[in-house]
Amino acid sequence: MRVNGKEMTLGNCQNLLQFLEVNQFDVATLAVARNGEIIPKPTYDTVVLCEEDTLEVVRFVGGG
Amino acid sequence: MTDQLVIGGHPFNSRFILGSGKFSLEIVKAVIENGGAEIVTLALRRANLGGEENILDYIPLNVTLLPNTSGARTAEEAVKIARLAREINCGNFVKVEVIRDSKYLFPDNYETIKATEILAKDGFVVLPYMYPDLNVARDLVSAGAAAVMPLAAPIGSNKGLSTRDFIEILVNEIAVPIIVDAGIGRPSQACEAMEMGVDAVMCNTAVATAKNIPLMARAFGQAIESGRNAYLAGLGRVLTEAEASSPLTGFLED
Amino acid sequence: MAVKRTDPMAYQPGMAMIASDIRDKVLINVDNYDYSKVSARDVEEALKKNHLSLEDYGALLSPAATPYLEEMAKKAIIETRRYFGNSIGLFTPLYIANYCENNCVYCGFNCKNKIRRGKLSRAEMESELEAIAKTGLTEILILTGESRHHSGVEYIGAAVKLAAEYFATVGIEIYPLNADEYAYLKKCGADFVSVYQETYNLDKYQQVHLSGPKRVFPYRFDAQERALMGGMRGVSFGALLGLDDFRKDAFATGLHAFFIQQKYPHAEIGFSTPRLRPFINNANNNPNDVHEQQLLQVMLAYRLLMPFAGITISTRERAGFRDHVIGMVATKISAGVRVGVGGHEQEEKGDEQFEISDPRSVTEVHQMILNRGLQPVYRDYIRV
Repeated sequence: MRVNGKEMTLGNCQNLLQFLEVNQFDVATLAVARNGEIIPKPTYDTVVLCEEDTLEVVRFVGGG
Repeated sequence: MTDQLVIGGHPFNSRFILGSGKFSLEIVKAVIENGGAEIVTLALRRANLGGEENILDYIPLNVTLLPNTSGARTAEEAVKIARLAREINCGNFVKVEVIRDSKYLFPDNYETIKATEILAKDGFVVLPYMYPDLNVARDLVSAGAAAVMPLAAPIGSNKGLSTRDFIEILVNEIAVPIIVDAGIGRPSQACEAMEMGVDAVMCNTAVATAKNIPLMARAFGQAIESGRNAYLAGLGRVLTEAEASSPLTGFLED
Repeated sequence: MAVKRTDPMAYQPGMAMIASDIRDKVLINVDNYDYSKVSARDVEEALKKNHLSLEDYGALLSPAATPYLEEMAKKAIIETRRYFGNSIGLFTPLYIANYCENNCVYCGFNCKNKIRRGKLSRAEMESELEAIAKTGLTEILILTGESRHHSGVEYIGAAVKLAAEYFATVGIEIYPLNADEYAYLKKCGADFVSVYQETYNLDKYQQVHLSGPKRVFPYRFDAQERALMGGMRGVSFGALLGLDDFRKDAFATGLHAFFIQQKYPHAEIGFSTPRLRPFINNANNNPNDVHEQQLLQVMLAYRLLMPFAGITISTRERAGFRDHVIGMVATKISAGVRVGVGGHEQEEKGDEQFEISDPRSVTEVHQMILNRGLQPVYRDYIRV
């Protein structure tokens, strides 16, 4: 799986929410696009990932 | 007398919009409070794994977040960034910026109009960053923009109101708030923009590059408020006109 | 015997409604406009500004501005020259019919007034247009009374098509139409539409427009907007000064034009400033409290509110007045004017709408413009 341009493995994770928590992302303050598609936050625990997926995980930083 | 800035139905007491880039997280809160800003812009970037510090923890809760679409080169990319930002659950404000010029960093007005239209229809409060052009501003308003953000000078240049005459036209013609963005280098320039009648000033670099950042934020906040008061008070104008040698109205009868 | 009058807000059959908030915006502002509260200080403040707010505009129309007429004129001449240079547009009206279904108490064409009625045949139009074209004019304004029966849209369209063969610019001053009808006349060759609301005070409006389609206040109000929706290049506004409180009516006229310009920024905006004039069977019709001084004040206020707007000076005014206001505030002047039906080449086929005050020919007016150091302009743009 590619996450923010890096290779990662899914491990035992069943869904997106688990994957984010296992990898210590702060779920409350991020947003995710899978294969270019934005995933609505309430559905994270029902989105089943596979090793071919590409994830972009984003959050806020300082900016003008 | 209450003099509020209203953007997309949301009232604000401060007319200083602060950009949060280019300074450290520890002073974000102090800078916001010193400047009295009620709207702060943010950017969206890739998150790293595990436990990194989060800017949201440093921004007081009563501040409205204004995510920008920096990095977008097309309307399509800007729309995608805005929708991603909305998933973070920090409101529906967005500053649309579409830039495909890496030398001057000028906004692409055409793509900006397209993005504004899509996002406004999608329920966003859209504040597009634009090159000050009257026709474009009108199109942005028709597209649903809640405010327009004309640039004063090339971004980060600290040159001040290089586009003064064109922004003044927007002030006279455009019904939504005009927020001067980019290029303001000193508090006096922010004040000048406010005296002219713009509704708010956004700045980032000028604050972030000061020696004492919180103090400079305070200076900007005061300058913006002062300029606003001068505008409301009604500036006297000096007209330099030739006097007609004989009366123009001497011909009237009855 | 009491006559039952219709509701002036009720549309008559065939009148299309459009969605617009401009009427409400104008009327609310006019309601709140109290010129007796304006101080000399307010006027001075307004005169300092480069762009007038609507409050500033109201100040310049107030009695408090009367002592500042010379200051207003000095400012106006600079604005007029800035936007129009030395040029003064020349045109003439051609009345093609004077049948009318309206009973408007101030107008010579009103349907109860016993005058000679007539309309031009195609051949008569042609000879009139040819005669006018020979004077060198290239802009014409086609006028009718309001009678869909005698002078329908097809009839007017035919006149416009013919006029477009002889003239570079064709304007129409006819009864209000629906947007699709304006689009049709645009296709025939008309570019400009003049519709005058006469008064923006609904009470007065219904007292002076007793019957006929013109009695419908909102349909007339939205005419300019429908004309622009129909693709017209420009629209003109005017209140008939002296009919009601002229300050409020002039305030409303300016706001009407202002909001239209905001909504349709491409539109060319024009103003006319007609005062009441005597007409056949009513020699005493007069502009009441609108003397030349007040008329000039209104013209100057229009100019300062909208420096880019065309302002036309009518032959209702005497030559001495017209000659002085061109270049200072007015940008367009009519010449060689007949206000009966035809009368440029043929005998008039119908009586006049009102008495004119300035009968000078095109050549005379042309020479006057030159004598005043201005430039007569016959055509402003080409049709492509």
